[in-house]
Amino acid sequence: MHELGLVNYVVKQVSRIAEENHVAKIHSVTLEFGEVSGIVTSYLYDYWNWYTKKFPLFDGAKLLCEEIPAVTWCDDCKQTYPTVQYGKTCPHCGSGNTWLQQGNEMNIKQIEVEDTREGDQNGE
Amino acid sequence: MESIRIIELKESIFADNNADADRLRGQLKQQGTFLLNLMSSPGSGKTSTLKRTIAALQDELSIGVMEADIDSDVDAAAIAATGARTIQLHTGGMCHLDADMTRQGLTEFGTEDLDLVVLENVGNLVCPAEFDTGAVKNAVILSVPEGHDKPLKYPLMFEVADVLIINKIDVLPYFDFDIQKLTEYAHMRHPGLPIFPVSAKTGEGMDAWTDWLRRQVAEWKQ
Ligand SMILES: Nc1nc2c(ncn2[C@@H]2O[C@H](COP(=O)(O)OP(=O)(O)O)[C@@H](O)[C@H]2O)c(=O)[nH]1
Ligand SMILES: [Mg+2]
Ligand SMILES: [Zn+2]
Ligand SMILES: [Zn+2]
Repeated sequence: MHELGLVNYVVKQVSRIAEENHVAKIHSVTLEFGEVSGIVTSYLYDYWNWYTKKFPLFDGAKLLCEEIPAVTWCDDCKQTYPTVQYGKTCPHCGSGNTWLQQGNEMNIKQIEVEDTREGDQNGE
Repeated sequence: MESIRIIELKESIFADNNADADRLRGQLKQQGTFLLNLMSSPGSGKTSTLKRTIAALQDELSIGVMEADIDSDVDAAAIAATGARTIQLHTGGMCHLDADMTRQGLTEFGTEDLDLVVLENVGNLVCPAEFDTGAVKNAVILSVPEGHDKPLKYPLMFEVADVLIINKIDVLPYFDFDIQKLTEYAHMRHPGLPIFPVSAKTGEGMDAWTDWLRRQVAEWKQ
């Protein structure tokens, strides 16, 4: 399991995005994981809290995780069905000619940030 | 006023690594070095197959090997005995290599004069599949004792593979390993995937595999 390693990638990637956007502080990071991505999100939180302490940009930043349901597409009857319930065999027509349409994702969905005041030209 | 806003990203956690990997491939193309990423479960025969492969190609190609097996120099020593240049990467217990670690390893190694570098990835069929290392091609080894159902259980590994080696065919008589089923399952996940059955022990089948690799290296260097 490499849940812990994933946190390092998220911090690295979000740091780069924060710099490009002149962000002063990160309030939260929302990740989204597919239902069959194999990620056990409960492992992530403790490590997140410990690891992000090293980065002032992430001081107090919350980690939020959302799930994307797994959906499989049947190539024979051209319909979809929930992957976790039925697996590889299409419940509509019994075909095994099926493909995971979504549910494998590991995404950074969004970040909630506070801008640097000097760099904020659109300020009212 | 403090302004708090949301930046929507919807980007893969692997996006930066993928970009690093593409950059590394560009550099390798320029210097004419072919990087092969060799993946399998622990004990499938990466090191053994590699030793045979080096023996078959070392008269024509200058070959280097980067070992990433978790904190052990055993494999590096075995490969060094073949005369190929080797380096042991210390992954600090990581379960995979990413493009950044691979690039650092290559830089330390000095690869400008090498035609072929093989990266023996960490033994694991799960997460190495998710991290593009910057390799030109991914080779996956499945050995007979592991069973022919593995493409169904580890679909991503077979999707990212550019070539599949079935190793330990010398023990086929002792296992219910069905090569036909394996081929069917692998092609379900990856239509047209080239498959080479070999025995790193007896050397059977190695010629077809090394011919494939020789052609890939030649194409890359054009
Ligand atoms: N019978 C048989 N054993 C093999 C073959 N290839 C490797 N082995 C054995 O399998 C074990 C693991 O091989 P190794 O190359 O170290 O696997 P790695 O962990 O993937 O690098 C060793 O004991 C090898 O001698 C083969 O083709 N046939
Ligand atoms: Mg080995
Ligand atoms: Zn169907
Ligand atoms: Zn990993």
